[in-house]
Amino acid sequence: MRPFTYERAASADEAVKAAAATPGARFIAGGTNLLDLMKLDIERPQHLIDVARLPLGAIEPAGGGLRIGGMATNSQVAADPQVRRRYPVLAQAILSGGSPQLRNKASVAGNLLQRTRCAYFYDTSKPCNKRAPGSGCGALEGLNRNAAILGQSHACIATHPSDMAVALVALEAEVETLTPSGEARRFPLAELHRLPGETPHVETHLIPGELITAVVLPPPPAGGQAYRKARDRASYAGGLASVAVAGARLALGMVAHKPWRATQVEQALAAGATPAEAIGEELKDAATAGRNDFKVTLTARLAMAALAQAEGDAA
Amino acid sequence: MSSVRDWEASNPIKEGRQGVFGKPVDRYEGPLKVTGAAPYAYEVEPPSPAAYGVMIGAEIACGRIVAADIAEAQAQPGVRLVWTHANAPAQAPKGTRKHPRSTSPSRPALEDNRVAYFGQPVAFVVADTLEQAVGASHLVRLSYAEEPQNSDFHASLAEAVDPPGEEDVEIGDFDAGLAASAVKLDETWTTPIQNHVQMEPCATTAWWDGETCVVHTSVQMVKPAQHGLAETLGIDRDAVRLLTRYIGGGFGGKGQTYDDLTLAALAARELRQPVKVAFTRRQMMHGTIHRPATVQRVRLGADRDGRLNAMSIVTWTHCHRDGQFTEHASNFARSLYAAPNRLTGHRLVKLDLPGAGPMRAPGEASGTLSLECAMDELAEQLGLDPIELRIRNEPEADPETGKPFSMRQLVRCMTEGAQQFGWDRRNPKPGQVRDGRWLVGLGMAAAIRGNFLLPAKCSFSVDVDGIVTVRQGMTDIGTGTYTVLAQIAAETLGVPLEKVRVEIGDSELPPAPGSGGQFGAATAGSAALDAGMNLRKALAELAVNDPASPLHGAAVEAVAFHDGLIAVENRSETLVDLVRRSAPQGLAAEGEIRPAADARNWSQHTYGAHFCEVGVDPVTGETRVRRMLGVFAAGRIVNAKTARSQLTGGMIWGVASAIHEGNAVDARYGSLINQDLAQYMVTVQADLGELDAVMLDEVDDKANPLGIKGVGELGNSGAGAAVANAIYNACGVRVRDYPITPDKLLPGLIRAGF
Amino acid sequence: MRTTITVNGEARTHDLDPRTTLLDYLRETLRLTGAKKGCDHGQCGACTVLVNGLRINACLSLAVAHDGDEVVSIEGLGTPDALHPMQQAFLKHDALQCGYCTPGQICSAVAMLEEVAAGWPSQETADLTAPVLLTPDELRERMSGNICRCSAYPQIVAAIAEAAG
Ligand SMILES: Cc1cc2nc3c(=O)[nH]c(=O)nc-3n(C[C@H](O)[C@H](O)[C@H](O)COP(=O)(O)OP(=O)(O)OC[C@H]3O[C@@H](n4cnc5c(N)ncnc54)[C@H](O)[C@@H]3O)c2cc1C
Ligand code: SF4
Ligand code: FES
Ligand code: FES
Repeated sequence: MRPFTYERAASADEAVKAAAATPGARFIAGGTNLLDLMKLDIERPQHLIDVARLPLGAIEPAGGGLRIGGMATNSQVAADPQVRRRYPVLAQAILSGGSPQLRNKASVAGNLLQRTRCAYFYDTSKPCNKRAPGSGCGALEGLNRNAAILGQSHACIATHPSDMAVALVALEAEVETLTPSGEARRFPLAELHRLPGETPHVETHLIPGELITAVVLPPPPAGGQAYRKARDRASYAGGLASVAVAGARLALGMVAHKPWRATQVEQALAAGATPAEAIGEELKDAATAGRNDFKVTLTARLAMAALAQAEGDAA
Repeated sequence: MSSVRDWEASNPIKEGRQGVFGKPVDRYEGPLKVTGAAPYAYEVEPPSPAAYGVMIGAEIACGRIVAADIAEAQAQPGVRLVWTHANAPAQAPKGTRKHPRSTSPSRPALEDNRVAYFGQPVAFVVADTLEQAVGASHLVRLSYAEEPQNSDFHASLAEAVDPPGEEDVEIGDFDAGLAASAVKLDETWTTPIQNHVQMEPCATTAWWDGETCVVHTSVQMVKPAQHGLAETLGIDRDAVRLLTRYIGGGFGGKGQTYDDLTLAALAARELRQPVKVAFTRRQMMHGTIHRPATVQRVRLGADRDGRLNAMSIVTWTHCHRDGQFTEHASNFARSLYAAPNRLTGHRLVKLDLPGAGPMRAPGEASGTLSLECAMDELAEQLGLDPIELRIRNEPEADPETGKPFSMRQLVRCMTEGAQQFGWDRRNPKPGQVRDGRWLVGLGMAAAIRGNFLLPAKCSFSVDVDGIVTVRQGMTDIGTGTYTVLAQIAAETLGVPLEKVRVEIGDSELPPAPGSGGQFGAATAGSAALDAGMNLRKALAELAVNDPASPLHGAAVEAVAFHDGLIAVENRSETLVDLVRRSAPQGLAAEGEIRPAADARNWSQHTYGAHFCEVGVDPVTGETRVRRMLGVFAAGRIVNAKTARSQLTGGMIWGVASAIHEGNAVDARYGSLINQDLAQYMVTVQADLGELDAVMLDEVDDKANPLGIKGVGELGNSGAGAAVANAIYNACGVRVRDYPITPDKLLPGLIRAGF
Repeated sequence: MRTTITVNGEARTHDLDPRTTLLDYLRETLRLTGAKKGCDHGQCGACTVLVNGLRINACLSLAVAHDGDEVVSIEGLGTPDALHPMQQAFLKHDALQCGYCTPGQICSAVAMLEEVAAGWPSQETADLTAPVLLTPDELRERMSGNICRCSAYPQIVAAIAEAAG
């Protein structure tokens, strides 16, 4: 890693103040993504503001739903009795990601903001518009087996690898933040991440230095919930595709630059389409890059299985 | 030279009076390993604090370094040196062998500006701390002039030629035999590049003790490593002391040394301070050897009863442009099944990829992935049980050489395995069995792996406390060498295991070939038996010639050793008393083993049969291994506990090669794309269900004086094919392109209507 | 940065480079080399240690971020002469070969049993609201964050099952 300075933030307010005041500053929570990338010289912060111990770890009832502190660990969220009882899709999604050791460290905020696992992004000898804007996209004509099938651009075909975020999108979660000027904001999680467009290095709609303080879940929707993830081995592996179902809502994972709310499926289902027709509606816009053609079929099959599972769950 | 017949004589191991040999005793070095107290190469305590070396890999596959800017890196706090080819110390040119008997020539690091493969170490930074060294490494700037490279194996098959000095082996007339066969099969399988992914990346700690270079490194073979470093440094071989006491996995990938060794030694000399260097996980992928990819064409012709009339396997594979290695994936087929008309051979293409080399069960691991699935396919065509098909093609003698088998229990492995596994529950019609979300299938495959014996030496000593010490320049890569040697010592000298010490992994000890090719235990153990026998004889002579001994005057041959006593009939004394009185300095003896002159008169292998039950998720094409059993015949088993571990470990490697592992090459860059453990999949716990290995009783007198054979690679042979056959049985989809991942299974599942 | 960490029961204070990971702090600064570096990127589990009782990958954590924490490494569980029951079980079942993943497996297993005792679910847990039972499949899933390339997996399962009682 390149040299950096380190401070442990005393409060959320101080954290955003320090971030605004220090050039090259970044928050660090569990560090499981940021340090990974710093070791490879992909991320080069000059100053780290440790937010892991801020009192933002509580999981508490809020307005009939649940507020989950941004610094709650993935393990804590998955083990929380409320989450397990009322939001099983969230527990399942979290538990299908990483390993127990990683989940003990990984925070809710950090998980949302983890970066892509695109192999070309990870190899600094290769072109990558996300890592080095303007250098090209190594994956476009490369080994893009796990590339996006929805919402990608010619500049970047990477996917967002989070499992948790897929469930949160299906649950219509909102994000609470503290802006660099100290204001609290709240907006739908579905609006946190961006599609790559011409600027794949800009991944979210957060203001630089904005701190995620919590994720708020509305009351669980009526109906069953289910999370299905397909991957190359049974555990400790990123997904090839995933599907979260919460009542009548559905989100897709690892198929786009962001967790993908499948609104067309939802609308078609509401209009009485069969699951297969409804999913076909969403995936008719899918585009593939050569080696990831199977992901379209895989996603469709996974979605049907997840819908059936959710129906069983509701019964 | 001795004869195989000499090995049939009785010896203390075969008599087993001490009852230690063959017992499933705990691993000798286990207490150190489970407490973290066993120091691996990077962890050895040097005489003074070490500086930290970090290597930098080339970012192109072929070309030259045209500029190297190291100024900024050099100026960083704590940085002690920065080397590229432009300023690295002089070393002997690559391939130098000043000493005619050096087992390895020089391997200079940073030799010149040529880049011959992606990831080749091209620069080196040493600093006071690891953080400083890594930080500075990001500031070394290298410019390259790229040259055209070819790393596209599948596009280069037409360029492939016979490997140097090899020709196809044809017995009978293969084409005519195939044409005359009633039932035929002609299919092609492909396997990807695989990486060893030992959990311990290669590493070295080096320092100089006067004129002697002391290195602790992670390597499977002591002497070649020592000689190669001496040749590189241009010093006497005795001036290199090389130690490798604990090795975090080898699997063939540490059969040679890498630049960590050379650079640590050079930097320690330059800085007059210990230096340690480790590969990073990503560097291991390109910077050390891999198992090359293969294309295997299998053709089988049989009569309607399933008797093979023609059999062929031809393998295309690749190695580095300057390399020699061939993955001999076709060889095992020469000894496996009877067929009058046979054709086997290899084609090699040279590529600008990193070095290809041996990886656990080289040849068999790849080759069984085709032939053992082809047999499954043929059985289905014939409407025969896959075991019955194999039994019908069981040869009386080696099908190519006509030599007698020293011992062959393949059929017994299959039939006993079938019974224990419940093979009769297999529905021969695929895609019929469901368990909840899973389609369930059963598959089997045969296993074969050659058995080898190499020359080795060993020394034994006993001290006044009755402690027996075994010394041998052997290695233990997790295979159980420490334990096997301790058991042999305890058994030959009739002492309890607690009285045995084992010292290995040191170039100053009597030479042994190291760990590889599953020859380790047999080779090291046979030399140890000889040393033990010589020490026994010396002790017996001491006793019978000593008037103070109760054994005085007895015949040397009559002296027995057990429970710390030496005895003749009812006269005895303790070993401790004898040594204290008659050899107060202790007593030592040397021993050795050489392959017997007539060893090649027998066809000698280890055998096994794998049985596997998988679940395939028809929605996603994901596969899980639900149950797996291997039954093996591999000579006398020294230690059922460590041998079982070797075998089950090999079986799980088979699982990995069937459904998980493989490196993808981006031919535009000549580089592997999956370069870490998040992208290079190896099997984890959750992929597996119950899995066990069973060993049949066997003593192979033709193998060596111990009657033992290797097990380290046998478990790997055929295991992947059993998984692939089970996948077919589960869902009726054949994928002949490994690994069988969801993307490859899905189209077939859809076609099959799932 | 001045950092105090309690390691295996003993408070240790050092002036640390902020870049030092918890793993390199243990291995290089304290010379407690039982925790292994298999990947340095959270991908293998060889570096697993316990921090305030929870298992984590020490390679993906900054030492300075652990100021005030309690760390237990394999050296804190037992010694060759006084093995921890989990270490004893690993030895007995030959749940190791090269031994390089072993300290991480053992630390992971010890913490895993605590997680089960606390009722934490895993992706194998069919009913998220029912008490957690340590079935073989649960055990395998919960130990999947520790790769063993020697593939001592069946033996590891047997060892942990015995230690779990
Ligand atoms: C081997 C491996 C496998 C993995 N597999 C999976 C998987 O299968 N599924 C999955 O979902 N994930 C997986 N992960 C990702 C893992 O879950 C993430 O690394 C983790 O969730 C990130 O959380 P963290 O707290 O450690 O984030 P950090 O690394 O600390 O931070 C990540 C990013 O978030 C920013 N950040 C942190 N906190 C805040 C905040 N409060 N406000 C604003 N910005 C903030 C940081 O600046 C940084 O940019 C895997 C990781 C590894 C290493
Ligand atoms: S897909 Fe995106 S992240 Fe991957 S190489 Fe292209 S630009 Fe980079
Ligand atoms: S070394 Fe930390 S997970 Fe591999
Ligand atoms: S024992 Fe070698 S990696 Fe697990």
